[in-house]
Order: sequence, then structure tokens, then C-alpha cells
Amino acid sequence: MKSASFFITLVFAMICLSSCAEQFVRVKPYERGNLARPVMADNLDPLQKAMTEHAYFSREAASGGGGVGGGGCGCN
Amino acid sequence: MKNIITAILLTCLSPALSAADAAKVGQPMPKLSQLLPGASIPNTSGKVVLVDFWASWCGPCVQSFPVLNKLQSKYGAKGLVIIGIGVDEEAAKYKGFADKMKVTFSVVHDSSHKAADFFGPSSMPSSYLIDRKGVIRYIHAGFRGAKTEAEYVTEIEALVTEGK
Repeated sequence: MKSASFFITLVFAMICLSSCAEQFVRVKPYERGNLARPVMADNLDPLQKAMTEHAYFSREAASGGGGVGGGGCGCN
Repeated sequence: MKNIITAILLTCLSPALSAADAAKVGQPMPKLSQLLPGASIPNTSGKVVLVDFWASWCGPCVQSFPVLNKLQSKYGAKGLVIIGIGVDEEAAKYKGFADKMKVTFSVVHDSSHKAADFFGPSSMPSSYLIDRKGVIRYIHAGFRGAKTEAEYVTEIEALVTEGK
């Protein structure tokens, strides 16, 4: 009896959680109008982003992760 | 235990099974008038049709329009019909883009995404080349400038001479 109720709970939970699956929530390519707006960009000021990345890259020897190549020697 | 494993497998597979199928090569093209009720769709019977999905917010679509205009003027007399399906949600943006690009081929607005849901384009723009018998023969995902243009020319030339 215990295993049956556990089984029913498990199946119920899986059915509920399956609606969170990627197939159901994926934004289709033709539905990306709002995502393509400039205001949705991860950074609204490309110049400031480039300067900040350069500061990290050259002063803190931290490269990579921000799309900047190099060894962090500060020579760029 | 066996039941639990079966249930887990079924649950994991169900989204994949229920996902709508995208249009494939070899599949007959549906009647666009049914997918886009009210839109003025040119006569496509016995013609080679290029269905292109575009949007005003899509960068490569800007590059593809001059090429499509060129193809329409070059192969229109040979039996090519280009139908650009705009998927913008706002009619003003759709119209503004079509006017700006000076389209010489037919454009229709798929605001409800009925046609897009049927074809299931994998990227923007996506285009479908349909032969004179109404069968989807080539699918292009994205637009890569001269490379895609050359592919269009080769495929369209083959299709317009086919079945003549």
C-alpha cells in the first residue's frame, strides 16, 4: 500500500514537472521579436562594457569569461 | 520498480513526442490560403514557390530582401513565385519593413503565427523551395549572403526547368 501511494505521488509529481520541460517553454525563432529589442540586450552601453572588460583584463590579470582573449599581461 | 522506471521514461519522452513536427523535404505544401485566411496570396498552382519567413527585427532578413527581389525579377517570368511571410506581431512594424525594403514579391502577414507553426522555421529567416507539383524540395535555415544566394540560383534553375 505504501509503495502504491509512493508510486502515485511520484507519477503525479512527474506529470506536473514535465510541463516545465524545455519543449514546452521554448521561445520559437519567430516569437523572438521582443527579445530582439535593444533594451533586452545584456548590456545597454557597449563602450562601457568594453572598457570595463579591458580594465579587468589588463589590471586584474583576469581574462576569459568576458570574451576577451589574452594572457592577462596588461600588454594590450 | 519496473513501473517506476517506465513512468520516468514516459514522462521524459512525452514532451519530445508531443512537440509539433516541422515541415520537411518531400512533404507537400499546405494551402497557404487556409493557413493565412484573408491574405492575398498569388496563384501558386504549377509554379515554383519560394516561401520565406522574415521579421522586421531580424538582421539577416534585411540582407536577404534585395536577393529575393533580384530572384523574383530574374525568374518570375520562368514561373517562380516568392511569398514572404512576415511574422511580426505588430502590423505597423511588418508594413514599415516591407515598405522600407521595397519588395517586388508578394508579402503576407502571419500575425497569428498559424503558418509559422505549421512550417516550424528553425531560425530567422527560413525559406522553403517548393516545386511545380507542390512538394517541399529545399529548406534554407538562415541567410548567409552570397553562399545562400548561389544555392538559391542553382536550386531555382533546376526547379523551373523541371517538369516542363
